[in-house]
Amino acid sequence: MKLKQLECLLGHLQQFSNPKVELEQYPTGPHIASRLLYTAENSFDDISNKVVADFGCGCGTLGAAAALLGAEQVIGIDIDSQSLGIASMNAENLELDIDFVQCDISNLGWRGQIVDTVVMNPPFGTRKKGADIDFLFVALKVASEAVYSLHKTSTRDHVKRAALRDLNASSAEVLCELRFDVPQLYKFHKKKEVDIAVDLWRFVPKRSRGENINVGVRCPLD
Amino acid sequence: MRLLTHNILSSNIKGVTNGFPLGIEVEKVVEKQVEINHDFLRNIFPKIDWKAFSDASKIMGYVELPEESPEPSVLDSDLDFLRKFHHALLELHLEEGALVCPQTGRKFPVNKGIPNMLLHEDEV
Repeated sequence: MKLKQLECLLGHLQQFSNPKVELEQYPTGPHIASRLLYTAENSFDDISNKVVADFGCGCGTLGAAAALLGAEQVIGIDIDSQSLGIASMNAENLELDIDFVQCDISNLGWRGQIVDTVVMNPPFGTRKKGADIDFLFVALKVASEAVYSLHKTSTRDHVKRAALRDLNASSAEVLCELRFDVPQLYKFHKKKEVDIAVDLWRFVPKRSRGENINVGVRCPLD
Repeated sequence: MRLLTHNILSSNIKGVTNGFPLGIEVEKVVEKQVEINHDFLRNIFPKIDWKAFSDASKIMGYVELPEESPEPSVLDSDLDFLRKFHHALLELHLEEGALVCPQTGRKFPVNKGIPNMLLHEDEV
């Protein structure tokens, strides 16, 4: 599938009808979502025929993109039932087979190394401090091959340090810088639209061969 | 929710030391066909907890899987086994019912195929 085609399909997905500011619910636009997944697949082979998890999936944009690019199995995780309802419908409309789980990422009960790749557009931590690193902590425990994530460019040094020093990543690389277009969603938004500079990261977890994780994941910042 | 996902999820209630595998209560199972991918099945097979998977498939109403984990060589030659493996792993969906914490008995409801694993305040 060509990038433009993917971007076009993702543009038809329904987004949050009543976004919740405390969860930092912002739609992942088709421009960013298509580039994230396209890079993961074409540069690194991390999507097709793989098991992919979308953490904080919201309305399911990244998971849908993964499925469209040939992921064998996609699992979308989110805390909010309304979003999951929309995500379910989006998957159905595109005839995609995606499993969704309602869960708080900081209390995820997870076993084994079945998930190859985690893709995510996590909360940036503007409402709940450290939320972006909480998500990264869990993602690096779950993924056996790679984690693709979006973080504000202004947090670049902090994210790199946290990933390599505290979260057991063997590598943390910024693949590119993108503009995240944030539409005027909330009452406190003064401008009609704002561009935020975000980094697209690829993290690789350190994993010794044969290690079977039984993850009762609890975030260190709890 | 497919059995592949069930083979991953565990209970994370505070104090629970072994929350896997979750029990299953079935109210509605739906079958959805998907194209078989032999390479994928061969890659995923060693990562599956076979006992949990085989038990779960029986609860979902599918009795064709062997109880003992078969020899990996079976994946190369036995197309019939691959078909059954594929069917149980990816084509059976728990649409309505519950997942059950094996230690506390606490039920996590499954509605429209989505398990609700949110913990109550006293479980965190």
